[in-house]
Amino acid sequence: MLRTEGLCARYSLLQALFDVSIAVAPGEIVALIGSNGAGKSTLFRSIVGTVCVEKHSVLLEDKAIGGASERWQLKRGIALVPEGRRLFPSLSVLENLLLAARNGRRGAWSVERLFEELPILGSIAARPATALSGGQQQLVAIGRALAANPSYVLCDEVSLGLSPLAVNEVYALLGKVKSAGAGIIIVEQNVSRALSESDRFYCLQKGRVVLEGRSAEADRASVAQAYFGV
Amino acid sequence: MTTLIETLLNGLLLGALYALFGLGLSISLGVMRMINIAHGDLIVVGAYITSVVVQATGVHALASLVLVVPVMFAIGWTLQRVLLNHVVGRSLFAPILVTFGLSIVVQNLLQEIFTADTRSLRDEYISQIGFDIGGVSVGLLPLLSAAVSVALFALTHVLIANTHYGRQARAVADDPSTARLVGVDDKNFFAIVTGFVLSAIAFAAVLYAIRTPFSPSAGPERLLYSFEAVVLGGLGNLWGTFFGGLIIGVAQLLGARVSSGLGPFFGHLVFLMMLLARPHGLFVRTVR
Repeated sequence: MLRTEGLCARYSLLQALFDVSIAVAPGEIVALIGSNGAGKSTLFRSIVGTVCVEKHSVLLEDKAIGGASERWQLKRGIALVPEGRRLFPSLSVLENLLLAARNGRRGAWSVERLFEELPILGSIAARPATALSGGQQQLVAIGRALAANPSYVLCDEVSLGLSPLAVNEVYALLGKVKSAGAGIIIVEQNVSRALSESDRFYCLQKGRVVLEGRSAEADRASVAQAYFGV
Repeated sequence: MTTLIETLLNGLLLGALYALFGLGLSISLGVMRMINIAHGDLIVVGAYITSVVVQATGVHALASLVLVVPVMFAIGWTLQRVLLNHVVGRSLFAPILVTFGLSIVVQNLLQEIFTADTRSLRDEYISQIGFDIGGVSVGLLPLLSAAVSVALFALTHVLIANTHYGRQARAVADDPSTARLVGVDDKNFFAIVTGFVLSAIAFAAVLYAIRTPFSPSAGPERLLYSFEAVVLGGLGNLWGTFFGGLIIGVAQLLGARVSSGLGPFFGHLVFLMMLLARPHGLFVRTVR
């Protein structure tokens, strides 16, 4: 179980997150829903160590791990797929994966396994990461996170800017990751898609959790209210 | 005609040494986005360390590299860890200011320890061996310098293109914050990079010290030639730096033929004209 407990995050004087408590269990997909500026990306950055937070506000299997660097969180098994994919343009697709595989943990998701699960990678392995479609980039970005063999994967803006077909491919991949036993948190702008793909959800508004529950039982009206804050 | 070919050839060989001066600067800029104003002074530090090792052990200057290279790596690693990591990545200006200060400190320290007198590691044996290739005479030392330069550029190229360290280097240069997300420990990695840079400087320093007498204040001129090679080739372009160095070397020796004192002036003149013609450098792939 990966949890945050009473997590507060700030950028110098501006506080972005207030007392945020969320959790994700192995083999579960959790959706974070909220408008721009609600604090979803900040929450991810706080968990992986880009934004420094108090030690006891992030807990992995009940061990306090908050405030450690990205490298340590990756070694502990928490990987972030950043918004906008952020593949390295000077590296080929294969090199993007190799870099993460070498720096991460050993495990089931070897680079070879990724090539088996994602046949598309075979034909684009030698290309620079920028010479790909958005959907391909997102698959490689998730693949790069998986190559580090994380127990928990945080996916920021999973489907932003992707074709409907590409979105389906991305969720098919996340489904495999989930059934392999990893816990996943997604940020998804398409609220109904977010609810249909996830087991549980949290609505963030102005840096606070305002609604949470099981996605199957979510009431669309109250989610919409939590989203817009009206 | 023969003398012209001789000048061109020797210009290329001299240029290869200038390229070797610029190699470290090019790597610092390409990987860490850091301009090291103390680069030339560190070349001089390498020369002084070599002279100390040679005096203490009696070995040949080239053999002293076995000791000088690891010492310079350690200096580079420590320098990055203790000082430069605090300013790298913040802005372009912070490292320039800090290394400018470092340059002054290093020059004064050298003067304090070794006095302002010039020193030389001139080796009568190597310096006097030459070859006569169809009427064109070429010295062994310039040939050796060029060979070392080509070898180090090739080694750097292979490291960057084919190894894990090279992938880390390119990833950090592309996007430092995402590189951290895939587990790159950038600060520790930068220390290794600067260690490598100073190891390359050690080779440049020894070859330079055998060729030319040096003094504590010789650094800024080395920096200038390094800079011209790097800028001519295009910032962060490895082989561009190599060819940039060659151009400066040829320009200097051709200039020296016109009037013996004007060599460096012609080097700077060619640099300036090329900069006006191609502000982004000669070998820049894409202008962003």
